[in-house]
Parts: sequence; structure tokens; C-alpha cells
Amino acid sequence: MTTNLLLLLAVGALSGAVSGYLGSFMVLRRMSLVGDALSHVALPGIAIALAIGVNPMLGALLALALAAVGIWYLSDHSEIYPEALVGIFFTASLAAGILITPEVELLEALFGDIDKIGPIDGIFTLIGAVAIFAVTMTISKKLLLMVVSKDLAKSQKIKTSKIDLIYLLLVCGVVALGVKFLGTLLTGAMVIIPAVTAKNIAGNIKAYQILSVVLGTLATAAGILIASYFKFPSGPTIVLTAISFFIFSFVFKKR
Amino acid sequence: MTVSGLSVEFDNHTVLDDISFAVRRDSTMAIIGPNGAGKSVLFRSLLNLIPYKGTVSWSEDTRIGYVPQKLAVDKELPLTVYEFLSFKEKSRTKILEVMGAVGFLKEANHIHNDTRVLKTRMGNLSGGELQRVLIAYALLGKPNVLLFDEPTAGVDIAGEETVYGLIHKLKADKDLTIIFISHELEVVNKYADSVLCLNKEKVCFGPPKTAIDKESLEKMYGEETHIYHHHDH
Repeated sequence: MTTNLLLLLAVGALSGAVSGYLGSFMVLRRMSLVGDALSHVALPGIAIALAIGVNPMLGALLALALAAVGIWYLSDHSEIYPEALVGIFFTASLAAGILITPEVELLEALFGDIDKIGPIDGIFTLIGAVAIFAVTMTISKKLLLMVVSKDLAKSQKIKTSKIDLIYLLLVCGVVALGVKFLGTLLTGAMVIIPAVTAKNIAGNIKAYQILSVVLGTLATAAGILIASYFKFPSGPTIVLTAISFFIFSFVFKKR
Repeated sequence: MTVSGLSVEFDNHTVLDDISFAVRRDSTMAIIGPNGAGKSVLFRSLLNLIPYKGTVSWSEDTRIGYVPQKLAVDKELPLTVYEFLSFKEKSRTKILEVMGAVGFLKEANHIHNDTRVLKTRMGNLSGGELQRVLIAYALLGKPNVLLFDEPTAGVDIAGEETVYGLIHKLKADKDLTIIFISHELEVVNKYADSVLCLNKEKVCFGPPKTAIDKESLEKMYGEETHIYHHHDH
């Protein structure tokens, strides 16, 4: 039990840290809800993975990657606003996902279940988190410059469309990592809340990014401990822990 | 740099029609024209930010520094001036150098001219400060071409000097081509070697003294045109 809890804490902290880091860009780019909506796309992926007996994380990742490429392509090649596109993808996949997910698995897929996390998931999370951190760091400056001005970035010959695609794929990776803990309905929260909390406190980008990572890690770890102690479902507990940090930071800021 | 047959269309609406001109190396060119004449669109084409027809060819070793007209920086964006400048340049010495060039000095007598601004958030800068920071950003990476989208003459760089004074000073460095958009004919006459008058199509092109005449002004601004005088403070 103790080793299992340690594994859960390690896996959770890693996925919380990387969600926080990637989320820090998401919030600045005003794309918070993109992460949230994308997470719902994971549902049909999970359902199909469950049906054919492979790891649900893989199914989620595949479905997410498809959706990300679709959103990226359409937003580049059509006049529909990205937020509208995300809305369409999200509702369509939620509807399809609920239809094809076996009823016994539905609750787990929607809200996450830490009891189902094993060593394989730990390895997936470790590899995934390290890869996402590394790639995000290499495009970090470009992403931030694009937040300040896309024209300025383009004038420096930065391929903004390519960076956008890489970024969306990274978001998919993060969502896939979080899906087992938080479920498809709540994964988006861990991308948004730690970053918004950090933004309330931080005075510069460096502090903001570090705080996003720290808060993501803390909220997930604390949430897992609370959930396992009180036998609560993990997803809602983690999200509410993060929200309590946010409220605290808000009061701190208004002081 | 040569431009030939440049046309830009948005939704079947022609914004620029068949523009051709050339800019000599190490010269200063001004682009003038009324609102909606396509000045900024021309800039964006030169920078390859938007699709266009025709050709824009720069010499091979061109390094462009671009100063956008304005940036809407979110007040809540936790990005300091120093962090912004370090997107382009790692060396603190070089950052201090360009900040000095736009009038932010160490231990200046006034907060508006002090390098303490480096710790300020981008969103908290005044309009003038932001423009100077954007110029500093453009100067990083040793550009040999500078594109200024409508520098406001009212911005003081250091004491008396305006943005145009700075442009003039930068020209003292050898090999710097400057292209700027302006409303003010007086400034154009004083600083530009050549001028491109624009009103969706090329109205005139050449040295300001000969190119800007009554006819070209009428073509740009209509019949009852009075030359706009820029008042020095």
C-alpha cells in the first residue's frame, strides 16, 4: 500500500508539474479552454482502447493527436475561429465517447481513478513528462514572443504555424498523462488552475513558470494524499485542492 | 532591395496595386500616404507576413529589424522588459548597449530614462517607453535594415531627441538602410533620401524635394490639400 501510494504520488506530481508548465503558456495565449475542451476528445480514444484491450493512455493520446492536427489544419485553412472549432470537436467526441464507452468504465473515464494506476503508467508518465518538458523548453522563447506579437515573431523568421502545431501536440501529451488521475472531464483543470494561480503572484516570466510547475506538483500530490486518506475520488479532490490554492493566491494578490 | 509588381488583395478587395520601387543600400526611404493607403500592408508584405503577388527581393545578407506601430501588451502579462529583450539576445552587456542607444541609461536623473525600466512589466510601460523598448529590440541582432511603422514624433528619446533624431544618429553607423512610414512631410523632407507616396497604387517615388509636388499630394489626399506642418516642441 505504501509503495503504491509513493508510486501514485510520483506519477501524479510529474504529471502535475508538466501540466503546470505547459499550462503557463496556455493561459498567456488565452487558450485555457482549448486544453479543457481537448481533454474531452480523449474519451472516445479511451473507449476504443478499452474495447480492444490496450492501455487507455495510448488510446487517449492517439485521439487527442488526431484532434489537435484537425484543429490546427482547419484553423490555418478555414475562416472558422479556433474556439468554435474546439467547441465542435469537443462536443462531437464527448457524445461519441459516451455512446461507445462501456457503462462500467464510464465513470472512471470521466473522472479518473487512481486505483487503476500501475507501474506501466508510471513509466509512460516519466517518459512523457520528460519529453514534454524538453520540447516545451526549446520552443519556450518563441511561444512567448508569439504571445507578445505574432508579427514580431514572424519578422524574425519564426515559423509560427509549425510552433502552433508542436504546441497543440504537447498539450495533447499533457492531457493524456493526466487522464488516468483526473478523467477526461477534469484534466483541463490542471493545465489552467496552477498557471492562473501563479499569474496572480508572479512579477516576471521566470517566477511565473517556476510557480506554475511548483503549484501543479503540490496540488496534485496534496490532492492524491487527501483522496487516498478519505477514500475520495482522485480527480475532483485534486482539482478542488488546486482551486483552493487559486483562491488563496487571489486573496494574497488583492491584499 | 527591389520590389516589383507587388499587389495585395484581401477578399477580392485590392489593397495594393502593382507597386514597384527600389531602395538603395544605406539609404533612408519614407512611405507616406493617407489612412487606408496600404502603408502598413506594404510593410507587412516586405516582411513576408502576408501573402502577396509580385516579388520582393532583399540582398542576401539582409538582417531586418522591425519596429511595429503599436503592440497591445496585456497589463497582466508577467513579462519584464529584460525578459522580452532576452528573447533575442542572451548577453546582458549587449542589452544594456541597445537600451543606452534608445536613451535608457544607468543611474539616469529621471525614472523614464533609467535602466531600472528593465525590471518593469511590458504592460506597464507608457506609450513612449514601449516604443523605445521596441526600437531597442529591433536593434538587437545587428540589423542592416530597419523598418519603422509610424514612429511617433512626440516621443522623446533623451531630452530633446525624437525618434527621428535617433534614426538620424543610427545612420551614422555605416551600412544601415532605414524604411519608415510617416504622416509628417516635414520629417520626410528632413530625413529621407527617397519617398514613396502611396494611395493603393504608387503615386510618386523619388527624392522628397522633387517627388512630393502639388499633383502627387492631390492624388493622395484630394484637392484641397494643405501641407501638414509638424510643430517642434
